[in-house]
Amino acid sequence: MDRRKSLQTLILGGAAAGTGMAFNSCTTKESAETITENIAESSEHYFGRTPAELERIEKLNAEQLFTEHDMETIEALSVVILPPKEPHGGPIEAGVPEFIEFIAKDMPYMAPTLVGGLMWLDHKSNTDYGTEFKSATLAQKKEICDQICWHDTEVPLSEQPLEIQFFFMMRGLTVTGYYTSKVGIADLGYKGNQPNVWDGVPQDVLDQHGVAYDPEWIAKCIDQSTRNTIATWDDKGNLLT
Amino acid sequence: MQIKESSEVYDVIIVGSGAGGGMATKQLADAGLNVAVVEAGPFFDPKDPKTMTQFKWAYESPRRGAGTDRAFGEWDMSYGDWEVEGEPYTHAKGTEFKWWRSRMLGGRTNHWGRISLRFGPKDFKGKTRDGHGDDWPIGYEDVKPYYDKVDKLIGVYGTNEGLENDPDGFFLPPPKPRLHELFYINGAKKSNVPVIPGRLSMLTKKINDDRGVCFYCGQCNRSCSVYADFSAGSCLIFPAQKSGGRVKIFVNSMVREVTTNAEGKATGVSYISKDDRKEYKLKAKVVVLAASACSSARILLNSKSKQHPNGLGNSSDLVGRYLHDSTGADRAGFVPKLMNRKVSYNEDGTGGMHVYSPWWGDNSKLDFPRGYHIEVGGGMGNPNYGFGLNPNEFNKFFGLKVGGYGDGLRKDVKKYYGSIVGMAGRGEAIARKENYCEIDPTTVDQYGIPVLKFNYKWSDFEINQAKHMHDTFEEIIHNMGGIPLGDKPTKEQDYGLHKPGEIIHEVGTTRMGNDPKTSVTNKFQQLHDVDNVFIVDAGPFVSQADKNCTWTILALSWRASDYIIEQLKAQNI
Repeated sequence: MDRRKSLQTLILGGAAAGTGMAFNSCTTKESAETITENIAESSEHYFGRTPAELERIEKLNAEQLFTEHDMETIEALSVVILPPKEPHGGPIEAGVPEFIEFIAKDMPYMAPTLVGGLMWLDHKSNTDYGTEFKSATLAQKKEICDQICWHDTEVPLSEQPLEIQFFFMMRGLTVTGYYTSKVGIADLGYKGNQPNVWDGVPQDVLDQHGVAYDPEWIAKCIDQSTRNTIATWDDKGNLLT
Repeated sequence: MQIKESSEVYDVIIVGSGAGGGMATKQLADAGLNVAVVEAGPFFDPKDPKTMTQFKWAYESPRRGAGTDRAFGEWDMSYGDWEVEGEPYTHAKGTEFKWWRSRMLGGRTNHWGRISLRFGPKDFKGKTRDGHGDDWPIGYEDVKPYYDKVDKLIGVYGTNEGLENDPDGFFLPPPKPRLHELFYINGAKKSNVPVIPGRLSMLTKKINDDRGVCFYCGQCNRSCSVYADFSAGSCLIFPAQKSGGRVKIFVNSMVREVTTNAEGKATGVSYISKDDRKEYKLKAKVVVLAASACSSARILLNSKSKQHPNGLGNSSDLVGRYLHDSTGADRAGFVPKLMNRKVSYNEDGTGGMHVYSPWWGDNSKLDFPRGYHIEVGGGMGNPNYGFGLNPNEFNKFFGLKVGGYGDGLRKDVKKYYGSIVGMAGRGEAIARKENYCEIDPTTVDQYGIPVLKFNYKWSDFEINQAKHMHDTFEEIIHNMGGIPLGDKPTKEQDYGLHKPGEIIHEVGTTRMGNDPKTSVTNKFQQLHDVDNVFIVDAGPFVSQADKNCTWTILALSWRASDYIIEQLKAQNI
């Protein structure tokens, strides 16, 4: 599966969950109360959710997909995929295992590949080394990963062995989970998502990429020293201020 | 259950609070009229911290911004997308249409791309130009004064270029191009595709003391908390209230039908309150529908009475007909010269493109009659769900292996960050009587209101246009030294033409005209059949241009509002 296709699938998977078709809640009365409490508590850091959206998130939080052992295996695999590195940590600091657990419930079409893949990992490790994956040595873990971390780019991913699909999914989720976290964004160096005043690409960046601004074009652009002066025009639409 | 009727008689009821409804609210309330705005969704103010998503980080959500609940990602400020829970729609067999609805005060203006293009003189005279579709009963000269006023009231950046069909206006200065946009400019020019500064309704400069100035977070689709972008609530409805206008807003109120009296004149609307699921009635001298092209058609078709057995305003049998959306096709390219970028600066910019290409072609030499414009995307974006899902996919372009694990993935992510340039073609489809929405009598929504059934097919004109888009995109990508991503869509895939409705520019369902037999409203958007009902959304559009429709909705709603004020003063309605 190419990236575009896999993104499409993710979107489709999301849509299916959104309509409630694949929603499989096993909420008991007790957990329903917990959900209500959690919503009340988290309404302060609402991250812009509507009450219905927040309720769905809390319902998913109340569900358990992976066992404790599964979560430990995910942790163990994620740090092999993306080893922690100073000063920005790794998947554990980025909350990757919790993120993967949530996403697998939020986009339930992923769950069989992840749950099945984790079982495959232990079976393989037990067969080759007589121990579960999470307890294997780093060298043993790498030997297993080496066998499943390359996919054939000419063949759709969905036609490749489950363990290949599993690793592809785990790598993608680990990387996206890391780089959408606080530590990952710091590692990437992204400077946005804050108020600022855009005044064009720095000269050293233009030089690095071999491009230049056209002076005629730039002459039409906002002079940022005038941004707080109220705009007025003449009758022909020429800006006067 | 008895329908609850309010005794107050408003001067005007406005159904819907998006671009058309917002502008009508502002103009009619400013003129001193007593206005009721009826909105199907909840109250929404972009600056409310509880609903605000601006500046949220991916890690504030357990799903890191993924689009499970909201089709454009969980920060997108639209309550509702192509699916709204409990509000289905159906399709005639073998046809497709995707219908976006934003249920909230301000409607879709809270999340839209703010691309604000005037229609040009040719766009109002399609039939004269090439024999397809119909001419509007009005021309650019009728709308120009209103475009000018909209520019000044709301604010739009851009430049006067003196182009025949992309008229000049009253623009705020545009922002400087981003790095990938410079690559696009150079690539497009090699193919003689013109590029000019974008035209978007964001304040690069102050226009009054009520609204803030853009601080370049690139998140206009999240709706701006300092009102530096245009949303109908923050820029029209709230100011109308602030200046002392009599504006009563009914939220969570889903209009079922326009009510009429024995003479067939409108008396008001009936609506379902989503809070108690009971039906209510409001009375007014004038009813203005601004519920969106398809929702307004639905309300009219559901407003059957002895006097209007075929639905309100539907003696022509044309309500719902001539439905058309913009065409769309997209392609992205990987540009190796954009690899290994310095992350030393913030290039979020405005929430959209700083440059774009207006239509340049000569359709008389092409196998499709109407044009399209190209929107440009790319840059070092804010990481959200999906970032790095296939972190070193582009290795394949260098003969390197794709996949693996370990510390190298960090290098791969950084190497390719910001190296993609995307292009989106948005073009004009021909309005056809055969494309329509109608009432599906077999299905109701959760409020018991009969739903819409869509019947829509693209023709070869639109499909050929999409092919031209993809040919152009590939050429420009090659000119940038890039490699197009994914496979070029084939004939069997309609050359990648988006499904109807996916561009969210649907118009035409209550088209205007001088002849009541071939149109639903007159040139002032007044129903031919009922003189105290007006439609100020995109329903009255005779044709969509190769432009986005919002700026024209705003201009025409203002124009229709002036006419309503005049007619009320003259006691004609």
